[in-house]
Amino acid sequence: MIGSPTRNDRAPGGMLAWRVLRRLPELVVIWVPLLLCAGQVVVFTIWTTVVSFTPSTLMPVTGWVGMRNYTAMLASRNWHIAFDNLLIFGFGFVVLAIAVGLLLAVLLDQRIRGENVMRTIFLYPMAVSFVVTGTVWSWLLNPGIGVQKLVQGLGWSGFRFDWLVRPDMAIYTIIIAAVWQASGFAMALFTAGLRSVEPDLIKAAQIDGAGPWRTYLRVVLPTLWPIVIAVLVILLQFAIKAFDLVRALTDGGPGLSTQLPTLVVYDFMFQRGLLGRGSAAAVLMLLTLLAVLAPYGLWKHWQTRRAARA
Amino acid sequence: MRDIRPSWGRRLIALLLVGFAAAYMVPLAIVVLNSVRSVEDIIQTSTIGWPRALVLSNFTEAWGHYCIAEVCTGIRPYLWNSLAITVPGTLMSTLLGAVAGYAISLWRFRGDAWIFGLVTLGVFLPEQMKLLPWAIVLRDVGLSNTLTGLVMIHTIQGLSFSTLFCRNYYVAIPQDLIKAARIDGAGFFRTFWRIVLPLSPPILIVTVIWQFTGIYNEFLYGVTFTNGTQQPITAALISLTANVANVPQYGVQSAAVLIAAAPTLLVYLLGGRWFVRGLTAGAVK
Repeated sequence: MIGSPTRNDRAPGGMLAWRVLRRLPELVVIWVPLLLCAGQVVVFTIWTTVVSFTPSTLMPVTGWVGMRNYTAMLASRNWHIAFDNLLIFGFGFVVLAIAVGLLLAVLLDQRIRGENVMRTIFLYPMAVSFVVTGTVWSWLLNPGIGVQKLVQGLGWSGFRFDWLVRPDMAIYTIIIAAVWQASGFAMALFTAGLRSVEPDLIKAAQIDGAGPWRTYLRVVLPTLWPIVIAVLVILLQFAIKAFDLVRALTDGGPGLSTQLPTLVVYDFMFQRGLLGRGSAAAVLMLLTLLAVLAPYGLWKHWQTRRAARA
Repeated sequence: MRDIRPSWGRRLIALLLVGFAAAYMVPLAIVVLNSVRSVEDIIQTSTIGWPRALVLSNFTEAWGHYCIAEVCTGIRPYLWNSLAITVPGTLMSTLLGAVAGYAISLWRFRGDAWIFGLVTLGVFLPEQMKLLPWAIVLRDVGLSNTLTGLVMIHTIQGLSFSTLFCRNYYVAIPQDLIKAARIDGAGFFRTFWRIVLPLSPPILIVTVIWQFTGIYNEFLYGVTFTNGTQQPITAALISLTANVANVPQYGVQSAAVLIAAAPTLLVYLLGGRWFVRGLTAGAVK
């Protein structure tokens, strides 16, 4: 199986067995990890999908309930709130993180002193666990001990900043924390894009008499748009998968106000012991993810094919 | 090229950047300051403030005595748990991923494109799709609530990223180099050892940093598959800060949070360049 067969491979019986045996270590090292990893992806996806069609509660059981778990999940208040929250959070987070990331990348691209220190500062949140950052943000945003308390203590006693405990505003605190954590990441990707702009392109624009601003707006930034789309897709993926941050910051509350699909899955599977429902929610989550990734994948595929033809 | 003196525009840019940098530093500064403040101090003023007196005992308390879910051992055993999961998980997934990436990109075998495609799908598959199957697998192989179980999960799942990283790096190695080695009679392992591995340090560093950060910071599997004293630090931290029985010990908790964040922050500060490379490589593909 490994490598192209040489002539000796066609040697009869005993020789062949010997050759296979001698190559056993490499066969094991290549195939066992890869099969486990690929198998995990395929088998687990099918497994959870199958469970989503069964009446499983505390334990997975066989049986068939058709789409009942899905209809129940889609009709439930939890899923509605979670999905609406995902739309608000996803939109706010992605737009702001891209805007801030792009702004930082462009500002840093102006050959500022201390560029590397700045870059390190903007990106450090990505190295830290969401549990840590979520906890710290919950202290800052908690009206009793955070920013509100500080400002009130300074004398402005009417000051209110209590989004964390307000059901209608709590979801925006998650946007704040998530933008803080991920905008440096967007910056890093945009910086990579700005670095790869052809110097000739800029020179040509300058020879044509364009000033620095015009050159930047008309020549440099337009080359970034494929990266903007890539960052958009990656951040949307983040948003759909976000769990730790919400768990640490609001734990879905107050009430259900910051529920996200990821929390609904966990809640139904392991707290309510409704494995069938929880699995249906997980599959719905996967479908949401596919709705984002599939168009991007197709677009990339189309692009590479067009590039190959050109 | 142009005027050397900073123009107003450039001053504005610098000012904006410094402002952003200061804002980004706030959460870290808060934790550092609070870790040496007393609870009374924090509750009276707020979590944002300068320490009135240095309370270094927060650290000894957080490290060895603070109660997490009624077990008063501090954060120390959970940090060890995390390291005991992260170090073997990182090493195994990186090593196996390097071999797999090499096999897929340079050695080639039937079905390699297919299996590579499936492995990389693992990068996108949400953890929620894998929670229930992993729970059942762990139970059936007798590794429920063990560190070994988490090492196994992270090794197998980490292969998605490490194989992807290494494969994308190795495709740039000229195939002729491998062919020449083969003609000289070098087998799979010797070619890897003599030719591929010496070219690999950059990608291995990127992969190790990426896996270390990812596994250490992972929370969902840790909190789902372990409990009590077997939990990794991320899971313990949630129970620690959710300790609502009496007055929350913000100072001690800050110290614990700082200790929990230290390993990956250190890795980031020491290997930032490689970390960024991993981020961009992991993202764009």
